[in-house]
Amino acid sequence: MAISRRAIVLAAGAVLLALVPPVAGLLNQPFYVDLFRRMMIFAIAALSLDLILGYGGMVSFGHAAYLGIGAYAVGILAFYGVDNGFLQWSVAVAASAVAALVIGAISIRTSGVYFIMITLAFTQMLYYLGISLETYGGDNGMPLRTRSQFAGLVDLRNPSAFYYLVLALLVLFLVLGRRLVDARFGRVIRAARSNEPRARAIGFSPFRYKLAAFVLAGGACGLAGALLANQTEYLTPDFMHWTRSGEIMFMVILGGMGTLFGPVLGAVVLLGLEDVLSALTEHWQIILGPFLVVVVLFAKRGLFGLVEGEVPRDG
Amino acid sequence: MAEPLVAVRGLSKSFGGLRATDRVDLDVEDGETHAIIGPNGAGKTTLIGQLAGDLRPDAGTTRFAGQDVTSLDAPARSRLGLARSFQITSIFPDFSALDNVALAVQAHSGSSFRFWRPARAERELREPALAVLDGVGLGARADVLAATLAHGEQRQLEIAMALATRPRLLLLDEPVAGMGLEETQRMVRLLSTLKRRLTIVLVEHDMDAVFTLADRISVMVYGRIIATGSPEGVRSNAEVRRAYLGEGTPP
Amino acid sequence: MLLVLEQALNGLQYGVMLFLMAAGLTLVFGIMNLVNLAHGSLYMVGAYLATALARWTGSFVLGGLLALPATLLVGVVVEVVALRTLYERDHLDQVLATFGLILFFNELVAIVWGRAAIYTSLPPSLSGSFVLLPGLRYPTYRALVIGVGVAAAVFLYVLVTSTRLGMLIRAGASNRTMVAALGVNIRWLYTLVFGLGAALAGLAGLMAGPIYAVQPGMGEQILIQVFVVIIIGGIGSIRGAVAGALVVGMVDTLGRAFLRPTLSTIVSPAAADKAGPALASMLIYLMMAAVLFFRPQGLFPTRGR
Ligand SMILES: Nc1ncnc2c1ncn2[C@@H]1O[C@H](COP(=O)(O)OP(=O)(O)OP(=O)(O)O)[C@@H](O)[C@H]1O
Ligand SMILES: [Mg+2]
Repeated sequence: MAISRRAIVLAAGAVLLALVPPVAGLLNQPFYVDLFRRMMIFAIAALSLDLILGYGGMVSFGHAAYLGIGAYAVGILAFYGVDNGFLQWSVAVAASAVAALVIGAISIRTSGVYFIMITLAFTQMLYYLGISLETYGGDNGMPLRTRSQFAGLVDLRNPSAFYYLVLALLVLFLVLGRRLVDARFGRVIRAARSNEPRARAIGFSPFRYKLAAFVLAGGACGLAGALLANQTEYLTPDFMHWTRSGEIMFMVILGGMGTLFGPVLGAVVLLGLEDVLSALTEHWQIILGPFLVVVVLFAKRGLFGLVEGEVPRDG
Repeated sequence: MAEPLVAVRGLSKSFGGLRATDRVDLDVEDGETHAIIGPNGAGKTTLIGQLAGDLRPDAGTTRFAGQDVTSLDAPARSRLGLARSFQITSIFPDFSALDNVALAVQAHSGSSFRFWRPARAERELREPALAVLDGVGLGARADVLAATLAHGEQRQLEIAMALATRPRLLLLDEPVAGMGLEETQRMVRLLSTLKRRLTIVLVEHDMDAVFTLADRISVMVYGRIIATGSPEGVRSNAEVRRAYLGEGTPP
Repeated sequence: MLLVLEQALNGLQYGVMLFLMAAGLTLVFGIMNLVNLAHGSLYMVGAYLATALARWTGSFVLGGLLALPATLLVGVVVEVVALRTLYERDHLDQVLATFGLILFFNELVAIVWGRAAIYTSLPPSLSGSFVLLPGLRYPTYRALVIGVGVAAAVFLYVLVTSTRLGMLIRAGASNRTMVAALGVNIRWLYTLVFGLGAALAGLAGLMAGPIYAVQPGMGEQILIQVFVVIIIGGIGSIRGAVAGALVVGMVDTLGRAFLRPTLSTIVSPAAADKAGPALASMLIYLMMAAVLFFRPQGLFPTRGR
């Protein structure tokens, strides 16, 4: 049965990821805790993009914007001495969701290539905004004053505690995502992607559902941004750079879009690959670029498609 | 006499310089099956699109069930009880047959801003959808991926989706196009059972189907309705024959 | 007043470069239905080749003249090797694959020429300025850029409106199957159009060398502004590209020059110092949002697409 198989994959994946800190400890390679935490943070970002890209059919090339807004929300609050993580992260999610609401309201009315270019352009605007914020380091960015405080519940300065928090959030998002795409709401956005005129003809107005999905995805990615700020303990406009949007999108495609585990797999593989390649040569992007082209041309269904051996079945 | 279910006045639509529909007037009485025939490119699909709310008219008004719906879009008209099929089959190919119909049920029963409960587990979606599928003869194919259904089955599925919205008016754009003899007969039988319950606007080139089903027929040529009448009347109308059979051009 | 005029000319000069980029991008999209993010890479390649060839030949002009066909050639090679297979794919695939090409090209130039910006020096005959109006001197080179850009626009106009190739291009933009039915080798036409777009991007790039920094990633900075041009102008339309490029060039340049001083008369100078540059860099995007709000299809929508 499909459901139990999904549950097994989820449980197995979670257990494997949970083993990373002790194994890294045994091998005396604390670096791996850092790397895998980073992978999981980007997995959350990629997962949120997949909601609108894979399930909603909206090719947003501006997802890094929310990553940046979430990170800056945390960084700026910390800058003014507000260290409370509950507050910081709530603001991060809310600010990203509001930005997504505005960008989505303008861009979702258009479609196709317009949608791609508009989301890209708005992200670039936010990038320039970040660059011009001299108070917060402008071009160079600024260090995070201190990691978010959670009233002694979790201590993010403890690498393992931070790691398990991210893991828990990732699992939470996977479960929420599963519920969402199978619930009424998810079926509407999938139907609109599958055949929008048909969806309209049976009585759905896709705009409001797509916009809602866009806002949800923005908010979730904002949380990933808040995590990323804590991960790097530094924030820079580069979080919002358009190549970052491309990278997140590639994670989704690489893993398998329109699936939930796909983006997670994509994030792990891409960041892992970057890690390996960048150890080999400073010019690793000369390998990554053509790799991307090849994946798009020949493995459109992504790694998860290969593993699964079947088209991700909708409906 | 009561107001017709659909009352169209002066409806026009141009694509560039081409007048696809040109000041169309049309009344569809409650309960009738009203066929629209005409040569290729006459503007029949354009008219259906305007009735369904997919195409904004350049001019003219549309009333439906006593209400001016001219400015309403397709989803809003669907909620008022207007349903359609498309000339080129339009389904959700990556959903199962049952899920296609369940989506149509969902659009008309309660809010879709529900995020937690699996829609498949909702009996209030599943049961009406199954009933409608049974009604069009696809009950046994409920779990088949819509993309893999045969062409005739996909057309039946489209009818099922339209019916699942519990419409008052069914707009059908060439429902038997591209079907074999047997499939055509099955579809015509299905439509004859529906015709007792619903008002139908039927665009069709298959004259056997038209004369079997229609109570009244309108003939459309070059974007205009040139004649409306009973099947016998239209059959014997000289102008219609000339225009439709292409034996000369209308003024 | 003279200062405004000078900045307006700078805006025109930038608009001209934006137009050269937008024209190629919009043609390729209109005819092949391809979203080519790597269009900016061709601009970058043009800039690098011109700089390198100028050094090699010792002549700025010769470098530029050689760089143009060289960029065209690079464009043709890219089309044949990678992009050809993408025409039938959806926009998502096109965007991702051309994103991959960008990574490749940016890294390639970094390997060959390093990551630091390189600068082109102008020959003495071009590096000066001339008296445009009493009291206003304008740099010779920038005036030259405007002249070349306008000439290229006229060339493009003549090409599209009154040659057989232009006829095919116009027909191809509206009806692909018809062109195929004319018995024209559509592959060849596509390659040619792509090469033309690449040459225009290369022209913009090689002229950019002496004005802006030549460095990896320079193509994407302008590319995204070109997107704004196309969104404002309406995609697939050369007229729209002209209008959008001029509007964006002017607004961006004038905004950067005058927003801060103007603001400082309204709010405190300190606040203006802070908000001015931020607002100036966001101006064209805000304008794009406004245009989209009122005209979702842009100023000059092409029919039926
Ligand atoms: N979206 C469109 N853009 C441009 N022209 C269109 C469009 N839709 C229809 N037309 C044109 O309008 C005219 C009427 O088309 P329509 O599809 O309504 O005819 P029809 O009567 O349904 O024909 P058929 O019997 O072949 O289905 C045709 O000449 C067609 O080419
Ligand atoms: Mg038709």
